[in-house]
Amino acid sequence: MRVTFTVNGRQQEADDVWEGESLLYVLRERMGLPGSKNACEQGECGSCTVRLDGVPVCSCLVAAGQVEGHEVVTVEGLADYAKQRAEHGSCGSGACGTSIDAAKQWEARPADSQTGENTELSPIQQAFIDAGAVQCGFCTPGLLVAADELLERNASPSDADIREALSGNLCRCTGYEKILDAVRLAAARGEGQTAGQGA
Amino acid sequence: MDFLRPASWEEALAAKAEHPTAVPIAGGTDVMVEINFDHRRPEYLLDLNRIGDLSEWEVGEKTVRLGASVSYTKIMENLRAELPGLALASHTVASPQIRNRGGVGGNLGTASPAGDAHPALLASGCEVEVESLRGRRMIPIDDFYVGVKRNAMEPDELIRSVHLPKADGPQQFSKVGTRNAMVIAVCAFGIALHPETRTVRTGIGSAAPTPVRAKEAEDFLAAALDEGGFWESGSPIPPSVAKQFAQLASGACNPIDDVRGSAKYRRHAVGIMARRTLGWTWESYRGNERSAQCA
Repeated sequence: MRVTFTVNGRQQEADDVWEGESLLYVLRERMGLPGSKNACEQGECGSCTVRLDGVPVCSCLVAAGQVEGHEVVTVEGLADYAKQRAEHGSCGSGACGTSIDAAKQWEARPADSQTGENTELSPIQQAFIDAGAVQCGFCTPGLLVAADELLERNASPSDADIREALSGNLCRCTGYEKILDAVRLAAARGEGQTAGQGA
Repeated sequence: MDFLRPASWEEALAAKAEHPTAVPIAGGTDVMVEINFDHRRPEYLLDLNRIGDLSEWEVGEKTVRLGASVSYTKIMENLRAELPGLALASHTVASPQIRNRGGVGGNLGTASPAGDAHPALLASGCEVEVESLRGRRMIPIDDFYVGVKRNAMEPDELIRSVHLPKADGPQQFSKVGTRNAMVIAVCAFGIALHPETRTVRTGIGSAAPTPVRAKEAEDFLAAALDEGGFWESGSPIPPSVAKQFAQLASGACNPIDDVRGSAKYRRHAVGIMARRTLGWTWESYRGNERSAQCA
């Protein structure tokens, strides 16, 4: 079957989708967006977390046919999504978003501490790098999507809020401490910015 | 496999009548696991996401009509006052990602004894609204679970909603697992005080082939509270009464040994949870809210 839905702000189509196929499979294997990771395939690990109509979900547990006409944001579109949110609140024009080719080629290019160049990351992504929250990196995309949604909802989360929001994402490397640091760092930077703008 | 996407409840009923083997899928948090692991290859998937009515709830004078697909997140956020037991149980379901998709209809359809909503549903005394082209019927929750992962529904029926009495007293839920999040219950216990009828209802999860009530424990407690004039006086429940309640709750279990825990442990833990949740709810009834609301 054919499935048409919005991925990172742009309408996309996938053809020859098997009826039992997951959204995760469509994203990775049919659209060439391997950012969302395939690990447990049973909703235990959160590595495949994406936003479906704004809500964080495990894309491995969403049937492809269920997203027909809906909106999905993956980690590849997160930087642009965060940028649009900061600038406009949300994308109203329909002109924003990340094209499929840009998304396919997306790679993390953190700000150069010397020159300040390459700042194409969302605040949460930059914070993960700065806090050293990435080791093998397999859980990172899911954590980024979940953490970004938390900060969108709650700009100054308590430690308990952070733990709860990330409780569906497993990391087997870090022991989570650096991940918690990263979310705290992103929250603190967000508050600093707001304070700087006098808002 | 065929993917059916009815746009309305009537279309969904027609599709289910035409294809009784069709597997309904809403949040997908159970069904997709089975498909991903090749445990199930249904001929038809019946997607219920386009039927908006299923994700809505109505708070009436006496009851809450909870659409089958209302997510656990929405229950936690919106119905804590009306359905405190179910809201507490919802909060123990898996993770935020799963709670954003899963709902009570899926728990009922799957009818696993480990489903987190069941103890709260049993304790509330709700009714399940099921419908087919042949008509609509309300199944009392006490008659709903008929075997291991089997419920009282006919193949052509779909779950539309659950009608739960609004809480008329304190309710609690407790669950044993190896960690706080992302865990299938080793066992679970729900309790609801019903001061209006001077009754107590309970629900036990993961400690019998189906979710069950601890009826003897309920009857014993109701009689003890009544005879001692506890509902009027609001006096503390004597430890002997709490102990007997716990023992009877333990006795209502019919558990097995499995990877999550032994039968002996489950019986023991259910007794402990029964005593604790009774204490929490009774203190709340007496006007002393617990300082820490952790279950």
